[in-house]
Amino acid sequence: MNEETLKTLRDRARRIRIDILKMLHGSGSGHTGGSLSATDIMTALYFYKLKHDPKNPDWKGRDCFILSKGHAAPVLYTTLAHAGYFATDELCTLRKIGSRLQGHPDSKYLPGVEISTGSLGQGLSVACGVALAHKLDKAPNRVYAVLGDGELQEGQIWEAAMTAAHYKLDNLCILVDNNGLQIDGPVAKVMGVEPIADKWRAFGWDVQDIDGHDMAQLVAALDKAETVKARPTAIVCRTVKGKGSKCFEGKVEFHGTTPSKDELETALKELDEAVCK
Amino acid sequence: MSQPQQKIATRDAYGDALVALGKKRDDVVVLDADLSGSTKTSKFAKAYPDRFFNIGIAEQDMMGTAAGLAIGGKLPFASTFAVFATGRAWEQIRQSVCYPNLNVKVVASHAGVTVGEDGGSHQSLEDVAVMRVIPNMTVIVPADGPETQQAIEAVAEYKGPCYVRVGRNKVPTICPENYRFKIGKAHVFHEGKDVCIIATGLMVAEALKARDLLKAEGIDAGVINMSTIKPLDNDAVIAAAKRCGAIVTAEEHSIIGGLGGAVAEALSESAPAPLVRIGTRDQFGTSGDPDGLLKHYKLSAEDIREGAKEAVKKKKR
Ligand SMILES: Cc1ncc(C[n+]2csc(CCOP(=O)(O)OP(=O)(O)O)c2C)c(N)n1
Repeated sequence: MNEETLKTLRDRARRIRIDILKMLHGSGSGHTGGSLSATDIMTALYFYKLKHDPKNPDWKGRDCFILSKGHAAPVLYTTLAHAGYFATDELCTLRKIGSRLQGHPDSKYLPGVEISTGSLGQGLSVACGVALAHKLDKAPNRVYAVLGDGELQEGQIWEAAMTAAHYKLDNLCILVDNNGLQIDGPVAKVMGVEPIADKWRAFGWDVQDIDGHDMAQLVAALDKAETVKARPTAIVCRTVKGKGSKCFEGKVEFHGTTPSKDELETALKELDEAVCK
Repeated sequence: MSQPQQKIATRDAYGDALVALGKKRDDVVVLDADLSGSTKTSKFAKAYPDRFFNIGIAEQDMMGTAAGLAIGGKLPFASTFAVFATGRAWEQIRQSVCYPNLNVKVVASHAGVTVGEDGGSHQSLEDVAVMRVIPNMTVIVPADGPETQQAIEAVAEYKGPCYVRVGRNKVPTICPENYRFKIGKAHVFHEGKDVCIIATGLMVAEALKARDLLKAEGIDAGVINMSTIKPLDNDAVIAAAKRCGAIVTAEEHSIIGGLGGAVAEALSESAPAPLVRIGTRDQFGTSGDPDGLLKHYKLSAEDIREGAKEAVKKKKR
Protein backbone atom coordinates (compact mmCIF):
# COMPACT_ATOMS: atom_id res chain seq x y z
CA MET A 1 0.00 0.00 0.00
CA ASN A 2 1.24 3.37 -1.03
CA GLU A 3 2.22 5.50 1.97
CA GLU A 4 0.68 8.63 0.47
CA THR A 5 -2.76 6.95 0.28
CA LEU A 6 -2.52 5.82 3.89
CA LYS A 7 -1.57 9.30 4.97
CA THR A 8 -4.56 10.75 3.16
CA LEU A 9 -6.86 8.22 4.79
CA ARG A 10 -5.48 8.93 8.25
CA ASP A 11 -5.94 12.61 7.75
CA ARG A 12 -9.49 12.05 6.55
CA ALA A 13 -10.25 10.05 9.71
CA ARG A 14 -8.79 12.85 11.82
CA ARG A 15 -11.02 15.42 10.13
CA ILE A 16 -14.07 13.18 10.45
CA ARG A 17 -13.42 12.90 14.19
CA ILE A 18 -13.26 16.68 14.43
CA ASP A 19 -16.62 17.04 12.71
CA ILE A 20 -18.20 14.28 14.81
CA LEU A 21 -17.19 16.08 17.99
CA LYS A 22 -18.39 19.47 16.78
CA MET A 23 -21.69 17.97 15.70
CA LEU A 24 -22.22 16.14 18.99
CA HIS A 25 -21.31 19.17 21.04
CA GLY A 26 -23.87 21.14 19.06
CA SER A 27 -26.66 18.60 19.39
CA GLY A 28 -26.07 17.98 23.08
CA SER A 29 -27.17 14.38 22.72
CA GLY A 30 -25.89 11.40 20.82
CA HIS A 31 -23.33 8.62 20.91
CA THR A 32 -19.73 9.77 21.16
CA GLY A 33 -17.70 6.72 22.20
CA GLY A 34 -18.92 4.21 19.64
CA SER A 35 -18.66 6.76 16.84
CA LEU A 36 -15.03 7.57 17.56
CA SER A 37 -14.04 3.91 17.91
CA ALA A 38 -15.44 3.17 14.44
CA THR A 39 -14.05 6.23 12.65
CA ASP A 40 -10.98 4.59 11.13
CA ILE A 41 -13.07 1.61 10.03
CA MET A 42 -15.64 3.87 8.37
CA THR A 43 -12.93 5.95 6.70
CA ALA A 44 -11.25 2.87 5.26
CA LEU A 45 -14.59 1.65 3.95
CA TYR A 46 -15.88 4.86 2.36
CA PHE A 47 -12.58 6.36 1.21
CA TYR A 48 -10.76 3.21 0.20
CA LYS A 49 -12.89 0.13 -0.34
CA LEU A 50 -16.55 0.77 -1.14
CA LYS A 51 -17.69 1.12 -4.72
CA HIS A 52 -20.23 3.90 -4.43
CA ASP A 53 -21.34 7.12 -6.03
CA PRO A 54 -22.31 9.85 -3.58
CA LYS A 55 -24.03 11.79 -6.37
CA ASN A 56 -26.07 8.74 -7.31
CA PRO A 57 -26.71 6.83 -4.07
CA ASP A 58 -29.00 4.32 -5.82
CA TRP A 59 -26.38 3.37 -8.42
CA LYS A 60 -26.90 -0.30 -9.29
CA GLY A 61 -23.21 -1.09 -9.19
CA ARG A 62 -22.75 0.10 -5.62
CA ASP A 63 -21.50 -1.95 -2.70
CA CYS A 64 -23.89 -2.00 0.22
CA PHE A 65 -22.95 -0.72 3.67
CA ILE A 66 -25.04 -1.37 6.78
CA LEU A 67 -24.31 0.21 10.14
CA SER A 68 -25.72 -2.53 12.33
CA LYS A 69 -24.66 -0.65 15.49
CA GLY A 70 -26.96 2.18 14.44
CA HIS A 71 -26.30 4.35 17.49
CA ALA A 72 -22.96 5.24 15.85
CA ALA A 73 -24.98 7.40 13.45
CA PRO A 74 -22.69 10.41 14.02
CA VAL A 75 -19.74 8.67 12.35
CA LEU A 76 -21.95 7.46 9.50
CA TYR A 77 -23.39 10.94 8.88
CA THR A 78 -20.02 12.65 9.04
CA THR A 79 -18.46 10.06 6.73
CA LEU A 80 -21.33 10.38 4.25
CA ALA A 81 -21.02 14.17 4.30
CA HIS A 82 -17.25 14.03 3.78
CA ALA A 83 -17.78 11.57 0.93
CA GLY A 84 -20.15 14.06 -0.72
CA TYR A 85 -23.63 12.64 -0.10
CA PHE A 86 -24.70 15.96 1.42
CA ALA A 87 -23.12 19.18 2.61
CA THR A 88 -21.27 19.13 5.94
CA ASP A 89 -23.40 22.17 6.92
CA GLU A 90 -26.30 19.81 7.46
CA LEU A 91 -24.44 18.01 10.27
CA CYS A 92 -25.58 20.70 12.71
CA THR A 93 -29.20 19.57 12.33
CA LEU A 94 -28.47 16.28 14.10
CA ARG A 95 -31.43 15.05 16.18
CA LYS A 96 -33.56 18.15 15.61
CA ILE A 97 -37.23 17.94 14.64
CA GLY A 98 -37.48 17.64 10.87
CA SER A 99 -33.82 16.73 10.33
CA ARG A 100 -32.79 13.96 7.96
CA LEU A 101 -30.11 13.18 10.52
CA GLN A 102 -32.22 11.19 12.96
CA GLY A 103 -30.85 9.94 16.28
CA HIS A 104 -30.41 6.59 14.57
CA PRO A 105 -29.95 6.18 10.79
CA ASP A 106 -33.23 6.43 8.91
CA SER A 107 -33.29 5.25 5.30
CA LYS A 108 -36.68 6.93 4.75
CA TYR A 109 -34.99 10.30 4.86
CA LEU A 110 -31.30 10.12 4.12
CA PRO A 111 -29.87 8.98 0.78
CA GLY A 112 -26.87 6.74 1.32
CA VAL A 113 -28.42 5.01 4.32
CA GLU A 114 -29.35 1.58 2.97
CA ILE A 115 -31.53 0.59 5.91
CA SER A 116 -32.76 2.12 9.14
CA THR A 117 -30.97 0.69 12.17
CA GLY A 118 -30.86 1.43 15.88
CA SER A 119 -32.32 -1.71 17.35
CA LEU A 120 -29.19 -3.78 17.78
CA GLY A 121 -28.65 -7.20 16.27
CA GLN A 122 -30.71 -6.81 13.13
CA GLY A 123 -28.27 -5.42 10.58
CA LEU A 124 -26.39 -8.61 9.78
CA SER A 125 -29.56 -10.46 8.71
CA VAL A 126 -30.35 -7.64 6.31
CA ALA A 127 -26.78 -7.71 5.01
CA CYS A 128 -27.18 -11.44 4.32
CA GLY A 129 -30.34 -10.71 2.36
CA VAL A 130 -28.61 -8.11 0.19
CA ALA A 131 -25.68 -10.49 -0.35
CA LEU A 132 -28.05 -13.31 -1.36
CA ALA A 133 -29.76 -10.99 -3.86
CA HIS A 134 -26.41 -10.15 -5.47
CA LYS A 135 -25.57 -13.85 -5.61
CA LEU A 136 -28.88 -14.57 -7.36
CA ASP A 137 -28.07 -11.86 -9.89
CA LYS A 138 -24.48 -13.10 -10.24
CA ALA A 139 -23.55 -9.47 -9.59
CA PRO A 140 -20.11 -8.47 -8.31
CA ASN A 141 -21.45 -6.05 -5.66
CA ARG A 142 -20.16 -6.59 -2.15
CA VAL A 143 -21.85 -6.07 1.21
CA TYR A 144 -20.23 -4.63 4.34
CA ALA A 145 -21.57 -4.23 7.87
CA VAL A 146 -20.17 -2.77 11.08
CA LEU A 147 -21.22 -4.44 14.33
CA GLY A 148 -20.53 -3.66 17.98
CA ASP A 149 -18.98 -6.21 20.31
CA GLY A 150 -21.82 -5.73 22.78
CA GLU A 151 -24.19 -6.17 19.88
CA LEU A 152 -22.88 -9.71 19.46
CA GLN A 153 -24.92 -10.62 22.56
CA GLU A 154 -28.06 -10.53 20.42
CA GLY A 155 -29.02 -14.04 19.34
CA GLN A 156 -30.10 -12.88 15.89
CA ILE A 157 -26.46 -12.12 15.07
CA TRP A 158 -25.62 -15.80 15.36
CA GLU A 159 -28.66 -16.85 13.37
CA ALA A 160 -27.40 -14.59 10.59
CA ALA A 161 -23.87 -15.91 11.08
CA MET A 162 -25.18 -19.36 10.17
CA THR A 163 -27.10 -18.06 7.16
CA ALA A 164 -24.03 -16.31 5.78
CA ALA A 165 -21.80 -19.39 6.12
CA HIS A 166 -24.50 -21.80 4.93
CA TYR A 167 -25.05 -19.85 1.73
CA LYS A 168 -21.29 -19.27 1.29
CA LEU A 169 -21.70 -15.51 1.16
CA ASP A 170 -18.14 -14.61 0.19
CA ASN A 171 -19.49 -11.24 -0.99
CA LEU A 172 -20.17 -10.35 2.65
CA CYS A 173 -17.64 -8.80 5.01
CA ILE A 174 -18.34 -7.59 8.53
CA LEU A 175 -16.17 -5.46 10.79
CA VAL A 176 -16.64 -5.90 14.52
CA ASP A 177 -15.83 -2.72 16.44
CA ASN A 178 -14.34 -4.58 19.39
CA ASN A 179 -13.94 -1.69 21.82
CA GLY A 180 -14.62 -3.77 24.92
CA LEU A 181 -17.30 -1.48 26.35
CA GLN A 182 -21.08 -1.33 26.19
CA ILE A 183 -23.53 0.81 28.20
CA ASP A 184 -23.58 -0.80 31.63
CA GLY A 185 -19.80 -1.36 31.68
CA PRO A 186 -17.09 -3.50 30.11
CA VAL A 187 -18.50 -6.20 27.83
CA ALA A 188 -16.52 -8.81 29.76
CA LYS A 189 -18.31 -7.79 32.96
CA VAL A 190 -21.84 -7.35 31.60
CA MET A 191 -21.99 -10.48 29.44
CA GLY A 192 -18.77 -11.88 28.05
CA VAL A 193 -18.54 -12.41 24.30
CA GLU A 194 -14.90 -13.49 23.95
CA PRO A 195 -13.34 -15.32 22.24
CA ILE A 196 -14.94 -13.33 19.43
CA ALA A 197 -12.63 -14.45 16.61
CA ASP A 198 -12.99 -18.12 17.56
CA LYS A 199 -16.76 -17.81 17.59
CA TRP A 200 -16.91 -16.53 14.02
CA ARG A 201 -14.38 -19.14 12.96
CA ALA A 202 -16.50 -21.87 14.52
CA PHE A 203 -19.49 -20.54 12.60
CA GLY A 204 -17.59 -21.09 9.35
CA TRP A 205 -16.35 -17.59 8.64
CA ASP A 206 -12.93 -16.45 7.50
CA VAL A 207 -11.58 -14.36 10.36
CA GLN A 208 -8.95 -11.64 10.64
CA ASP A 209 -7.98 -10.04 13.92
CA ILE A 210 -6.51 -6.56 13.50
CA ASP A 211 -5.85 -3.21 15.15
CA GLY A 212 -8.91 -1.23 14.13
CA HIS A 213 -7.07 2.10 14.35
CA ASP A 214 -4.18 1.04 12.10
CA MET A 215 -5.07 2.22 8.63
CA ALA A 216 -2.55 -0.06 6.93
CA GLN A 217 -4.02 -3.11 8.66
CA LEU A 218 -7.58 -2.04 7.86
CA VAL A 219 -6.82 -1.56 4.19
CA ALA A 220 -4.95 -4.87 3.95
CA ALA A 221 -7.73 -6.74 5.73
CA LEU A 222 -10.39 -5.32 3.41
CA ASP A 223 -8.26 -6.27 0.39
CA LYS A 224 -7.77 -9.78 1.68
CA ALA A 225 -11.49 -10.25 2.36
CA GLU A 226 -12.15 -9.85 -1.36
CA THR A 227 -9.95 -12.84 -2.15
CA VAL A 228 -11.71 -15.27 0.21
CA LYS A 229 -13.83 -17.81 -1.64
CA ALA A 230 -16.99 -19.58 -0.43
CA ARG A 231 -16.92 -18.03 3.03
CA PRO A 232 -17.98 -14.71 4.53
CA THR A 233 -15.32 -12.63 6.27
CA ALA A 234 -15.31 -11.23 9.80
CA ILE A 235 -12.67 -8.62 10.55
CA VAL A 236 -12.43 -8.31 14.31
CA CYS A 237 -11.08 -4.81 14.94
CA ARG A 238 -9.46 -4.12 18.26
CA THR A 239 -10.47 -0.54 19.02
CA VAL A 240 -10.65 2.01 21.81
CA LYS A 241 -14.04 3.48 22.62
CA GLY A 242 -13.82 7.26 22.33
CA LYS A 243 -10.60 7.08 20.27
CA GLY A 244 -9.13 10.45 19.35
CA SER A 245 -8.91 12.30 22.62
CA LYS A 246 -7.91 11.50 26.17
CA CYS A 247 -11.22 13.08 27.21
CA PHE A 248 -13.22 10.13 25.95
CA GLU A 249 -10.89 7.17 25.45
CA GLY A 250 -11.95 4.07 27.35
CA LYS A 251 -14.59 5.99 29.28
CA VAL A 252 -17.84 4.08 29.46
CA GLU A 253 -19.82 7.21 30.40
CA PHE A 254 -19.11 8.63 26.95
CA HIS A 255 -21.22 5.97 25.31
CA GLY A 256 -24.17 8.31 25.14
CA THR A 257 -22.81 11.60 26.47
CA THR A 258 -21.61 14.46 24.32
CA PRO A 259 -18.55 16.67 24.78
CA SER A 260 -18.82 19.78 26.90
CA LYS A 261 -17.29 23.02 25.64
CA ASP A 262 -14.05 22.35 27.51
CA GLU A 263 -13.86 18.75 26.37
CA LEU A 264 -14.48 19.81 22.80
CA GLU A 265 -11.70 22.39 22.95
CA THR A 266 -9.24 19.94 24.47
CA ALA A 267 -10.13 17.26 21.96
CA LEU A 268 -9.90 19.61 18.97
CA LYS A 269 -6.49 20.72 20.14
CA GLU A 270 -5.32 17.12 20.39
CA LEU A 271 -6.72 16.30 16.97
CA ASP A 272 -5.24 19.43 15.42
CA GLU A 273 -1.85 18.52 16.78
CA ALA A 274 -2.12 14.86 15.80
CA VAL A 275 0.54 14.23 13.21
CA CYS A 276 -0.62 11.82 10.58
CA LYS A 277 2.24 9.44 10.06
CA MET B 1 -55.72 23.83 39.44
CA SER B 2 -52.74 24.43 41.63
CA GLN B 3 -51.12 21.14 42.48
CA PRO B 4 -47.76 21.04 44.21
CA GLN B 5 -45.36 20.77 41.29
CA GLN B 6 -43.09 18.06 42.56
CA LYS B 7 -41.58 16.36 39.53
CA ILE B 8 -40.13 12.90 39.22
CA ALA B 9 -39.60 10.54 36.29
CA THR B 10 -41.70 7.39 36.59
CA ARG B 11 -38.57 5.33 35.82
CA ASP B 12 -36.90 6.82 38.90
CA ALA B 13 -39.92 5.96 40.98
CA TYR B 14 -39.66 2.44 39.60
CA GLY B 15 -36.02 2.13 40.67
CA ASP B 16 -36.86 3.32 44.17
CA ALA B 17 -39.87 1.02 44.41
CA LEU B 18 -37.69 -1.95 43.43
CA VAL B 19 -35.20 -1.19 46.18
CA ALA B 20 -38.00 -0.97 48.75
CA LEU B 21 -39.52 -4.19 47.46
CA GLY B 22 -36.15 -5.93 47.53
CA LYS B 23 -35.81 -5.03 51.18
CA LYS B 24 -39.26 -6.38 52.01
CA ARG B 25 -39.08 -9.58 49.99
CA ASP B 26 -36.05 -11.69 49.26
CA ASP B 27 -37.71 -13.51 46.36
CA VAL B 28 -37.56 -10.34 44.25
CA VAL B 29 -35.00 -10.60 41.43
CA VAL B 30 -34.31 -8.07 38.70
CA LEU B 31 -33.12 -8.54 35.12
CA ASP B 32 -31.94 -5.96 32.64
CA ALA B 33 -30.49 -5.92 29.14
CA ASP B 34 -27.59 -3.44 29.29
CA LEU B 35 -29.79 -0.46 30.07
CA SER B 36 -29.87 -0.58 33.87
CA GLY B 37 -28.68 3.01 34.20
CA SER B 38 -31.56 4.16 32.03
CA THR B 39 -34.33 1.91 33.34
CA LYS B 40 -33.11 2.62 36.90
CA THR B 41 -32.83 -1.03 37.83
CA SER B 42 -29.24 0.03 38.61
CA LYS B 43 -30.60 1.23 41.96
CA PHE B 44 -31.63 -2.33 42.78
CA ALA B 45 -28.39 -3.72 41.33
CA LYS B 46 -26.44 -1.52 43.73
CA ALA B 47 -28.51 -2.49 46.76
CA TYR B 48 -28.85 -6.20 45.97
CA PRO B 49 -26.12 -7.20 43.51
CA ASP B 50 -26.69 -10.92 44.06
CA ARG B 51 -30.31 -10.67 42.98
CA PHE B 52 -29.61 -8.62 39.86
CA PHE B 53 -28.87 -10.23 36.50
CA ASN B 54 -27.57 -8.24 33.57
CA ILE B 55 -28.34 -10.48 30.61
CA GLY B 56 -26.56 -8.23 28.13
CA ILE B 57 -28.10 -6.97 24.91
CA ALA B 58 -30.35 -10.02 24.63
CA GLU B 59 -33.95 -9.11 25.38
CA GLN B 60 -35.41 -12.41 24.21
CA ASP B 61 -33.05 -14.35 26.43
CA MET B 62 -33.92 -12.03 29.31
CA MET B 63 -37.66 -12.80 29.08
CA GLY B 64 -37.05 -16.54 28.91
CA THR B 65 -34.68 -16.34 31.88
CA ALA B 66 -37.28 -14.36 33.80
CA ALA B 67 -39.82 -17.11 33.08
CA GLY B 68 -37.38 -19.69 34.44
CA LEU B 69 -36.75 -17.65 37.57
CA ALA B 70 -40.52 -17.50 38.13
CA ILE B 71 -40.74 -21.30 37.84
CA GLY B 72 -37.94 -21.44 40.38
CA GLY B 73 -40.12 -19.54 42.84
CA LYS B 74 -38.67 -16.05 42.36
CA LEU B 75 -40.51 -12.84 41.62
CA PRO B 76 -38.71 -11.51 38.54
CA PHE B 77 -38.88 -7.94 37.24
CA ALA B 78 -37.44 -7.67 33.71
CA SER B 79 -36.62 -4.25 32.32
CA THR B 80 -35.33 -2.56 29.19
CA PHE B 81 -36.68 0.10 26.82
CA ALA B 82 -40.34 -0.45 25.91
CA VAL B 83 -39.62 -0.93 22.22
CA PHE B 84 -37.20 -3.80 22.86
CA ALA B 85 -39.10 -5.38 25.78
CA THR B 86 -42.40 -5.62 23.94
CA GLY B 87 -41.14 -5.71 20.37
CA ARG B 88 -38.02 -7.82 20.24
CA ALA B 89 -39.17 -10.14 22.98
CA TRP B 90 -42.90 -10.21 22.18
CA GLU B 91 -43.12 -13.89 21.43
CA GLN B 92 -41.01 -14.89 24.42
CA ILE B 93 -43.47 -12.91 26.54
CA ARG B 94 -46.38 -14.61 24.81
CA GLN B 95 -45.08 -18.18 24.83
CA SER B 96 -42.84 -18.40 27.89
CA VAL B 97 -44.55 -15.92 30.21
CA CYS B 98 -48.24 -15.45 29.39
CA TYR B 99 -49.17 -18.82 27.90
CA PRO B 100 -47.96 -20.71 31.01
CA ASN B 101 -49.27 -17.77 33.07
CA LEU B 102 -46.03 -17.18 34.97
CA ASN B 103 -45.47 -14.56 37.59
CA VAL B 104 -43.17 -12.28 35.57
CA LYS B 105 -43.30 -8.48 35.72
CA VAL B 106 -42.11 -6.67 32.62
CA VAL B 107 -41.42 -3.05 33.47
CA ALA B 108 -40.32 -1.09 30.43
CA SER B 109 -39.00 2.45 30.32
CA HIS B 110 -38.49 5.06 27.58
CA ALA B 111 -41.97 4.65 26.16
CA GLY B 112 -43.57 7.22 23.90
CA VAL B 113 -42.29 10.20 21.93
CA THR B 114 -40.79 11.85 25.02
CA VAL B 115 -37.80 9.53 24.54
CA GLY B 116 -36.89 12.51 22.39
CA GLU B 117 -33.66 12.78 20.42
CA ASP B 118 -32.99 9.05 19.97
CA GLY B 119 -35.82 9.13 17.45
CA GLY B 120 -38.45 6.86 15.99
CA SER B 121 -36.50 3.61 16.28
CA HIS B 122 -36.52 4.03 20.05
CA GLN B 123 -39.95 5.59 20.64
CA SER B 124 -42.42 2.86 21.46
CA LEU B 125 -45.93 3.82 20.35
CA GLU B 126 -47.25 0.28 20.00
CA ASP B 127 -46.27 -1.44 23.25
CA VAL B 128 -49.60 -1.08 25.05
CA ALA B 129 -51.42 -2.53 22.04
CA VAL B 130 -49.15 -5.53 21.63
CA MET B 131 -49.11 -6.32 25.36
CA ARG B 132 -52.85 -5.80 25.79
CA VAL B 133 -53.71 -8.37 23.15
CA ILE B 134 -51.93 -11.23 24.95
CA PRO B 135 -54.19 -13.31 27.20
CA ASN B 136 -53.31 -13.27 30.92
CA MET B 137 -51.37 -10.01 30.61
CA THR B 138 -52.21 -7.06 32.86
CA VAL B 139 -51.22 -3.66 31.46
CA ILE B 140 -50.53 -0.61 33.60
CA VAL B 141 -49.40 2.91 32.65
CA PRO B 142 -48.84 5.03 35.77
CA ALA B 143 -49.34 8.78 35.56
CA ASP B 144 -46.74 9.98 38.05
CA GLY B 145 -44.02 8.95 40.48
CA PRO B 146 -46.15 8.06 43.50
CA GLU B 147 -48.61 6.10 41.38
CA THR B 148 -45.67 4.17 39.89
CA GLN B 149 -44.44 3.24 43.36
CA GLN B 150 -47.89 1.97 44.26
CA ALA B 151 -48.31 0.14 40.97
CA ILE B 152 -45.03 -1.71 41.49
CA GLU B 153 -46.17 -2.76 44.97
CA ALA B 154 -49.51 -3.87 43.50
CA VAL B 155 -48.03 -5.97 40.69
CA ALA B 156 -45.71 -7.62 43.21
CA GLU B 157 -48.75 -8.69 45.23
CA TYR B 158 -50.69 -9.78 42.16
CA LYS B 159 -49.93 -13.25 40.79
CA GLY B 160 -49.49 -13.37 37.02
CA PRO B 161 -47.83 -11.56 34.11
CA CYS B 162 -47.87 -7.76 34.24
CA TYR B 163 -46.61 -5.06 31.94
CA VAL B 164 -45.86 -1.65 33.46
CA ARG B 165 -44.90 1.23 31.18
CA VAL B 166 -42.72 4.04 32.56
CA GLY B 167 -41.24 7.15 31.02
CA ARG B 168 -37.90 8.85 30.64
CA ASN B 169 -38.60 12.42 31.73
CA LYS B 170 -39.74 14.09 34.90
CA VAL B 171 -43.49 14.43 35.22
CA PRO B 172 -45.48 16.42 37.78
CA THR B 173 -47.04 14.59 40.71
CA ILE B 174 -50.78 14.86 40.17
CA CYS B 175 -52.41 12.05 42.12
CA PRO B 176 -53.91 13.22 45.44
CA GLU B 177 -52.04 12.27 48.59
CA ASN B 178 -54.74 9.91 49.83
CA TYR B 179 -54.98 8.15 46.47
CA ARG B 180 -54.64 4.36 46.53
CA PHE B 181 -53.80 2.62 43.28
CA LYS B 182 -55.72 -0.57 42.60
CA ILE B 183 -55.23 -2.75 39.52
CA GLY B 184 -58.24 -2.34 37.23
CA LYS B 185 -59.63 0.71 39.01
CA ALA B 186 -59.72 4.11 37.31
CA HIS B 187 -59.34 7.28 39.33
CA VAL B 188 -61.91 9.96 38.67
CA PHE B 189 -60.34 13.39 39.16
CA HIS B 190 -63.41 15.26 38.01
CA GLU B 191 -66.75 13.85 36.95
CA GLY B 192 -67.57 16.60 34.44
CA LYS B 193 -70.85 16.84 32.60
CA ASP B 194 -70.24 17.93 28.99
CA VAL B 195 -67.41 15.64 27.99
CA CYS B 196 -65.04 13.28 29.81
CA ILE B 197 -61.32 12.98 29.15
CA ILE B 198 -59.98 9.52 29.85
CA ALA B 199 -56.19 9.72 29.93
CA THR B 200 -53.23 7.57 30.85
CA GLY B 201 -49.56 8.10 31.69
CA LEU B 202 -48.13 11.57 31.30
CA MET B 203 -51.24 12.63 29.38
CA VAL B 204 -53.26 12.74 32.59
CA ALA B 205 -51.43 15.93 33.56
CA GLU B 206 -52.20 17.37 30.13
CA ALA B 207 -55.85 16.34 30.53
CA LEU B 208 -56.07 18.25 33.80
CA LYS B 209 -54.67 21.35 32.07
CA ALA B 210 -57.13 20.85 29.22
CA ARG B 211 -59.97 20.77 31.72
CA ASP B 212 -58.98 24.26 32.90
CA LEU B 213 -58.75 25.51 29.32
CA LEU B 214 -62.20 24.11 28.60
CA LYS B 215 -63.66 25.62 31.74
CA ALA B 216 -62.69 29.04 30.40
CA GLU B 217 -64.81 28.25 27.36
CA GLY B 218 -67.80 27.15 29.43
CA ILE B 219 -67.30 23.43 28.96
CA ASP B 220 -67.31 21.17 32.01
CA ALA B 221 -64.90 18.36 31.24
CA GLY B 222 -64.41 15.33 33.43
CA VAL B 223 -60.94 13.81 33.86
CA ILE B 224 -60.25 10.16 34.53
CA ASN B 225 -56.84 8.59 35.11
CA MET B 226 -57.07 5.19 33.46
CA SER B 227 -53.79 3.78 34.70
CA THR B 228 -54.81 0.18 34.16
CA ILE B 229 -55.44 -0.38 30.47
CA LYS B 230 -56.13 -4.06 31.00
CA PRO B 231 -58.34 -5.11 32.64
CA LEU B 232 -60.09 -1.88 31.66
CA ASP B 233 -62.38 -0.28 34.21
CA ASN B 234 -65.47 -0.67 32.02
CA ASP B 235 -67.77 0.64 34.72
CA ALA B 236 -65.88 3.93 34.83
CA VAL B 237 -66.02 4.26 31.03
CA ILE B 238 -69.74 3.50 30.85
CA ALA B 239 -70.55 5.85 33.73
CA ALA B 240 -68.56 8.65 32.06
CA ALA B 241 -70.31 8.07 28.73
CA LYS B 242 -73.74 8.16 30.37
CA ARG B 243 -72.89 11.20 32.47
CA CYS B 244 -71.15 13.32 29.82
CA GLY B 245 -72.35 11.87 26.52
CA ALA B 246 -68.96 12.27 24.85
CA ILE B 247 -65.48 10.90 25.49
CA VAL B 248 -61.92 11.91 24.65
CA THR B 249 -59.03 9.53 25.20
CA ALA B 250 -55.47 10.82 25.58
CA GLU B 251 -52.32 8.71 25.49
CA GLU B 252 -48.67 8.95 24.45
CA HIS B 253 -49.16 5.96 22.17
CA SER B 254 -50.84 5.08 18.91
CA ILE B 255 -54.60 5.64 18.88
CA ILE B 256 -54.75 2.11 17.51
CA GLY B 257 -54.94 -0.66 20.08
CA GLY B 258 -53.99 1.22 23.22
CA LEU B 259 -56.18 3.20 25.58
CA GLY B 260 -58.14 4.74 22.70
CA GLY B 261 -58.70 1.33 21.18
CA ALA B 262 -59.74 -0.21 24.49
CA VAL B 263 -62.17 2.60 25.30
CA ALA B 264 -63.62 2.45 21.77
CA GLU B 265 -64.26 -1.26 22.26
CA ALA B 266 -65.92 -0.70 25.62
CA LEU B 267 -68.07 2.17 24.37
CA SER B 268 -69.29 0.51 21.22
CA GLU B 269 -70.27 -2.65 23.07
CA SER B 270 -71.83 -1.10 26.15
CA ALA B 271 -72.51 2.61 25.92
CA PRO B 272 -72.17 4.10 22.42
CA ALA B 273 -71.06 7.72 22.61
CA PRO B 274 -69.03 10.05 20.39
CA LEU B 275 -65.31 9.48 20.87
CA VAL B 276 -62.23 11.47 19.90
CA ARG B 277 -58.88 9.78 20.38
CA ILE B 278 -55.77 11.84 21.09
CA GLY B 279 -52.56 9.93 20.40
CA THR B 280 -50.19 9.30 17.53
CA ARG B 281 -52.03 8.59 14.31
CA ASP B 282 -50.65 5.47 12.64
CA GLN B 283 -47.19 6.98 12.38
CA PHE B 284 -43.69 6.50 13.74
CA GLY B 285 -41.89 8.88 16.04
CA THR B 286 -39.00 11.12 15.09
CA SER B 287 -36.01 12.86 16.68
CA GLY B 288 -36.48 16.06 18.61
CA ASP B 289 -36.77 17.54 22.07
CA PRO B 290 -39.53 15.89 24.13
CA ASP B 291 -41.70 18.99 24.58
CA GLY B 292 -41.39 19.88 20.92
CA LEU B 293 -42.39 16.36 19.99
CA LEU B 294 -45.49 16.42 22.20
CA LYS B 295 -46.60 19.49 20.24
CA HIS B 296 -45.50 17.99 16.91
CA TYR B 297 -47.63 14.89 17.48
CA LYS B 298 -50.56 16.93 18.82
CA LEU B 299 -50.36 15.54 22.34
CA SER B 300 -50.59 18.79 24.31
CA ALA B 301 -53.33 20.13 26.57
CA GLU B 302 -54.41 22.40 23.70
CA ASP B 303 -54.85 19.39 21.44
CA ILE B 304 -56.94 17.65 24.08
CA ARG B 305 -59.04 20.80 24.38
CA GLU B 306 -59.67 20.79 20.62
CA GLY B 307 -60.50 17.09 20.78
CA ALA B 308 -62.98 17.71 23.57
CA LYS B 309 -64.70 20.47 21.62
CA GLU B 310 -64.94 18.20 18.62
CA ALA B 311 -66.46 15.45 20.79
CA VAL B 312 -69.02 17.87 22.19
CA LYS B 313 -69.91 18.96 18.64
CA LYS B 314 -70.34 15.35 17.54
CA LYS B 315 -72.79 14.87 20.38
CA LYS B 316 -75.09 17.54 18.99
CA ARG B 317 -75.29 16.03 15.52
C1 LIG C 1 -32.09 -4.29 20.68
C2 LIG C 1 -31.43 -3.18 21.42
N1 LIG C 1 -31.26 -3.28 22.74
C3 LIG C 1 -30.70 -2.28 23.42
C4 LIG C 1 -30.28 -1.14 22.79
C5 LIG C 1 -29.70 0.02 23.57
N2 LIG C 1 -28.28 0.16 23.28
C6 LIG C 1 -27.81 1.09 22.43
S1 LIG C 1 -26.16 1.03 22.25
C7 LIG C 1 -26.02 -0.23 23.36
C8 LIG C 1 -24.68 -0.80 23.68
C9 LIG C 1 -23.99 -1.26 22.46
O1 LIG C 1 -22.73 -1.78 22.75
P1 LIG C 1 -21.75 -2.12 21.55
O2 LIG C 1 -22.45 -2.98 20.54
O3 LIG C 1 -20.52 -2.68 22.13
O4 LIG C 1 -21.53 -0.73 20.87
P2 LIG C 1 -20.34 0.34 21.09
O5 LIG C 1 -19.68 0.06 22.39
O6 LIG C 1 -19.43 0.15 19.95
O7 LIG C 1 -20.99 1.67 21.05
C10 LIG C 1 -27.28 -0.59 23.84
C11 LIG C 1 -27.54 -1.65 24.82
C12 LIG C 1 -30.48 -1.07 21.41
N3 LIG C 1 -30.14 0.02 20.70
N4 LIG C 1 -31.04 -2.11 20.74
